[in-house]
Amino acid sequence: MNKNDKEQNTSVWVKNLTVKFGSFTAVDHISFHVNSGEIFGFLGANGAGKTTTIRVLCGLLEPTSGEVRVAGLDPKKGLEAVKARVGYMSQKFTLYPDMTVDENLEFAAALHKIPSEVHKRRRAEGLEIIAFKAKTRQLVSELSGGTKQEVALVAALLHDPEILFLDEPTAGVSPVSRSRFWSIIRGLSHRGKTVFVTTHYMDEAENCGRIALMRDGRIVALDNPANLKKDTFPEPLYELTPRPGVKSDWLKNLRKDKAVLSVKPYGMRYHAIVSNARRWRELSRRMAGDFKARPIQPSLEDVFIRVVEGAK
Amino acid sequence: MAEAQISIQVKDLSKNMGPNHAIEGVSLSLEPGLLHGLIGPEGSGKTTLLRHLIGLLKPNHGKVIYLEDGKRVALEDVRPRMAYMPQMQSLYADLSISEHLDFFRDLYQIPIGVYTQRRKELLAVTRLGPFMNRPAGQLSGGMYKKLGLMCALLQSPNLVLLDEPTTGVDPISRREFWEMLYRLREEGILIVITTAYMDEAERCDRVHVMSLGRLLATGEPKEILRKEKVKSFEGLFLKHDVKGPARHQAVIQ
Repeated sequence: MNKNDKEQNTSVWVKNLTVKFGSFTAVDHISFHVNSGEIFGFLGANGAGKTTTIRVLCGLLEPTSGEVRVAGLDPKKGLEAVKARVGYMSQKFTLYPDMTVDENLEFAAALHKIPSEVHKRRRAEGLEIIAFKAKTRQLVSELSGGTKQEVALVAALLHDPEILFLDEPTAGVSPVSRSRFWSIIRGLSHRGKTVFVTTHYMDEAENCGRIALMRDGRIVALDNPANLKKDTFPEPLYELTPRPGVKSDWLKNLRKDKAVLSVKPYGMRYHAIVSNARRWRELSRRMAGDFKARPIQPSLEDVFIRVVEGAK
Repeated sequence: MAEAQISIQVKDLSKNMGPNHAIEGVSLSLEPGLLHGLIGPEGSGKTTLLRHLIGLLKPNHGKVIYLEDGKRVALEDVRPRMAYMPQMQSLYADLSISEHLDFFRDLYQIPIGVYTQRRKELLAVTRLGPFMNRPAGQLSGGMYKKLGLMCALLQSPNLVLLDEPTTGVDPISRREFWEMLYRLREEGILIVITTAYMDEAERCDRVHVMSLGRLLATGEPKEILRKEKVKSFEGLFLKHDVKGPARHQAVIQ
């Protein structure tokens, strides 16, 4: 063993990775690493290069340049070895709807050449992890969206990979199913699996140990959620709740005032970034009939918007 | 613009589609110039209801009534001014974004001036400008959604029905998309949207909450939350999921 401790704890290691499609640069010299057992969030706008990066890390795509190690292996020196160590759930649906849950899992096991007794054991473990209660002889098309995604996760775990790549695993799934899915992900991380995940739900990203924010093929921020919030928001942030029957021009008046940097809608409420605390106190007193304000901590959605838009 | 105002009334609509998709006794009113949200967990009947609104499905019982400036009209009168975006849009895998827009311009016979303006506006919202020459088959899930949305909104509709248009769409585009919806609403267009994002549910003028093929609640978002004594729609879902069967576990009801 000539690896040092640091390398042993590193699950994914990327240096100067670049991927070009013709003249288009999808991934532009990115470098980062993911620790073993970490939940690593990979966020960014559509087309920022997230899926392209994942495809390189899973050995599905050859990079134009740069160095990559996945579970200590170089995909260039043998894709099959990498594929044996990683599980991948793509953003497009990965199960066959007209096959049963059992058939889908058997098929996935066969693809990885898993012996039947091993498959039996892992299948049972996997179904237990997701607390599967429906019938495994049921067609996948009959399952709800959330359960389908959970079964797809079991399929991705059958060959007992060290690293799981989940590309938007919860897109379009109901809030209840999303929170279930994330408690499963946290459980996998506790068992030592490395989870590399992309999502457009910023509330989900709060579960990540660290987050990389991508924009136009580059990583523009990388840290844990708490630090990202602190660094992105040196100024105070307020949540505004409009009073019932407020005049429609209140927002315009507010946005015109120098006390605020920006006001953005969040559901029925608004988040205002305050640039001048004293001016803001006067302003919120003057406009007390229009809205109720309370100081809040920024959410990752606030961070995302500011980092990705602010980089423009 | 003196555009025609279209509204829809759903009266006691029931549809039997086997055990998985059914709607039972749904009545609701979709007024013009408002943004209506159909929300509910997977399998609650949102898409089935939407398909009835565009006439893709016929109910077993009850009816869908279309009104133009308060006068009753047939579906055929309304249909040319309807824009519909299904959850799984069929686009042409080997046509680029640019080619899609040109194709739908010709299909809808949009005058060039209108088209140029619209295209510019939609590209600003979707931020797909840098990817104009990429074939649809090579777009990411979110980008594909955005292209579908552009194709649906290229014509100037009076009625817009969107089935989960923002699923897989990044947070910034999602916000810009909502600003676009608000602009469409200002033009007096009736908008019906389904969404799995609860903050989006809050941004609708009217919300129709579905559960197990029935209408659980309908009205202004604030009013619904007040009546149900919950702080958010997330809370509303959690509340009803506790009471209902383990929906996310078993078969879609």
